Amino acid sequence: MKHFLDITRETCPMTFVKVKLMLAKINKGEQLEVLLNAGEPLENVPRSCEEQGYTVLSLEATDDNKHLLLLEK
Amino acid sequence: MDHKKISIVCFSGEFDKMLAAYTIATGAAATNREVTMFFTFWGLNALKKERGRKAIGKDFLSRFFNWLMGGRSNLPLSRLNFGGMSPGLMSGMMRKNNVAQLDELMEAAAALGIRYFACEMSMHILGITKDDLIDDVQSVVGVATFLNESEDAHIIFI
Repeated sequence: MKHFLDITRETCPMTFVKVKLMLAKINKGEQLEVLLNAGEPLENVPRSCEEQGYTVLSLEATDDNKHLLLLEK
Repeated sequence: MDHKKISIVCFSGEFDKMLAAYTIATGAAATNREVTMFFTFWGLNALKKERGRKAIGKDFLSRFFNWLMGGRSNLPLSRLNFGGMSPGLMSGMMRKNNVAQLDELMEAAAALGIRYFACEMSMHILGITKDDLIDDVQSVVGVATFLNESEDAHIIFI
């Protein structure tokens, strides 16, 4: 199952907090797609998720200067 | 998985400093750090169940002090407080810029499992009991317990 979370309207620290709480909610093996902005979220959300043992499956830029991060728990 | 630890001493209890404390705390917890917050002196005001002014305490002076200090709704700005007007203005600016308010950060802290300790000594001076504080406060402790629990942690004083 794939979940989706848009953190492009969030600011620090809620960008990290919302991703962390969503990852805590979903089951092992499920995926979470996160739409995020360039800058601090792009530089640190994928890295922080990897440090916590989640797998980054892909990270792609969208047409509107945002980024789509696909994670697996 | 590593277990980096951060302990934040919330002493000042001012609106902006409490926001800074909660921003660091929730950001740290969301990035896999074990976070403890230790509330002492003016910092305890943010944890009172009663958000506004209430005369709690066991004698006249402590009741008067607690009424003067108030709760979470009365936290002053550390600079340019303008008699208590500024926190409201600042909240409006934060809402406009979609920045999390203190209530939202405190909810996030609870969801992230951040530990709250309250300082036994300052509660004793101010006549505040554990029943006067929100349920998120795990225990009322002294400095020795705080330091034991903060072994190998970065300690931040705000």
